[in-house]
Amino acid sequence: MLCCICKEREATVHLTQIAGEKMQKVDLCEECAKTKGVNDPTGFSLADLLLGLGASQEIEQAGGGIEVRCPRCNFTQADFKKAGRLGCPECYKTFSEALEGLLKTMHKGTRHIGKAPETLRQSRDLSDRLKTLQKKLAKAIDQEDFEEAAVLRDEIKQTTARLSSSPAP
Amino acid sequence: MDIHEFLVPPAETARRKGPFDRIVMSSRVRLARNIKDASFPGWAKKPERIRVLEMIRPIIEKLPEMKRSYSEAMDNLSTLDKQILVERHLISREHAAKSAGSGLVLNQDETLCFMINEEDHLRMQALRPGLQLREAWTAIDQADSLLEKKLDYAFSAEFGYLTACPTNIGTGIRVSAMLHLPGLVLAEQITPIIQSVNKLGLAVRGLYGEGTEALGNVFQVSNQMTLGETESAIVERLEKVLAQIIEHEENARATLLEKKPKVVFNHIGRAYGILANAHSISSKETMNLLSLMRLGVDIALFPGVDRSLVDELFILTQPAHLQKQHSEKLSAEERDLLRADMVRNRLKPVSRPLSKPAGASAQELDKPEK
Repeated sequence: MLCCICKEREATVHLTQIAGEKMQKVDLCEECAKTKGVNDPTGFSLADLLLGLGASQEIEQAGGGIEVRCPRCNFTQADFKKAGRLGCPECYKTFSEALEGLLKTMHKGTRHIGKAPETLRQSRDLSDRLKTLQKKLAKAIDQEDFEEAAVLRDEIKQTTARLSSSPAP
Repeated sequence: MDIHEFLVPPAETARRKGPFDRIVMSSRVRLARNIKDASFPGWAKKPERIRVLEMIRPIIEKLPEMKRSYSEAMDNLSTLDKQILVERHLISREHAAKSAGSGLVLNQDETLCFMINEEDHLRMQALRPGLQLREAWTAIDQADSLLEKKLDYAFSAEFGYLTACPTNIGTGIRVSAMLHLPGLVLAEQITPIIQSVNKLGLAVRGLYGEGTEALGNVFQVSNQMTLGETESAIVERLEKVLAQIIEHEENARATLLEKKPKVVFNHIGRAYGILANAHSISSKETMNLLSLMRLGVDIALFPGVDRSLVDELFILTQPAHLQKQHSEKLSAEERDLLRADMVRNRLKPVSRPLSKPAGASAQELDKPEK
């Protein structure tokens, strides 16, 4: 088996990480292992290594060879490849396509369902409520319950008004 | 203010009590937060880091929980001070390497600690003795809810709290517990346990977190995934897994005492023998032997000795703490001599371990305290 970094020397260092149902394997030769700090437990974490490898591939594919640069902080794919960290919050938008696949392998889901700052929480709750109301409305119309539909329509109007007056997430 | 006057003395720290504290040494919940419209600390230039530090620090100092707090810029702390904070598990090793543009705010009883411009603009953590993940989460959640009113967090509806590393995105939470597992190590069951914990998407690390060795049979268990799951679901999952590990550790101790009592007594007796008589001892060896003594206290081989004696030595024998007690700069060899002197001295009133557990049968003693 060849080293998955240099693809030249025989791989002698084998690392496996199991996260959820996914198993990720890295096979390295001694030299690449050394440069990646695998022999030095202080500077090494398998997640970082995998992140570095996986991330750079994903981003290269997404960029199609053209260098993507964050308009806010000038961070590039090459920087991410080197650091394994992003430049600023805006980078998540800049590199969103590339990050999507990466996040999928790293996390339980790709959408945040936890805590949110209160101001945003309110608008999130409102938009959730709006969705439920719209579903109910469709059902009411379907069943030709027009009295109910009228009530729901008014409620939707109110909720939409409140939603547009609160800050967007 | 001098950080050493502010820090709780190790003797007091070692006496803190919490649920299941014979196995769970401490619980911690950490949140990562960043400021909108600012580059992450690793990418930001020094003036921007200083701007962020000067914006965040006064807001934290004004939190009601932080009324009497220690607040300092990292460049005002010496390398030794920073190392002491790492040995107390109050800051990360990564944060200890920071200087200008990074800061620290710590409350009086060391239950809340804020690192400014570590990997993220803000890393806040709540600490509790024993198994108290839920309490720690509640405490840090409250602090975070107060801070969000004053700080404009980087947050997206889709990805949640945005962090420098995509591994922390979403909730930005890391829930962890520090466990003392000598039974599982002696019974050689620790590897399969770590593997199955890993399979559940949790990480097992050494004493000082990421990439460190499990010195003194101490392991940190924490969540790895932060996106697509709520904070309380993560806390609950950790709680379930920890309950299992505690049970396995207690079972391993009971089985060892039943099947191989001589092996256990031999390890503990030798540990005591070396600690009580050595004239030179490394920090690593000290921790590994203190771990066995701690086990000896747990299974009643040292009647009248409190676990806090061992836990205090666990702190005091680490390199920076040892250096702090001496004005001149010590070499590693000199530290080994002074460490041995201190341990010998502190173990003087401790009689050698009994050749079998005092009082009731060993098995009864090893049931978890309910």
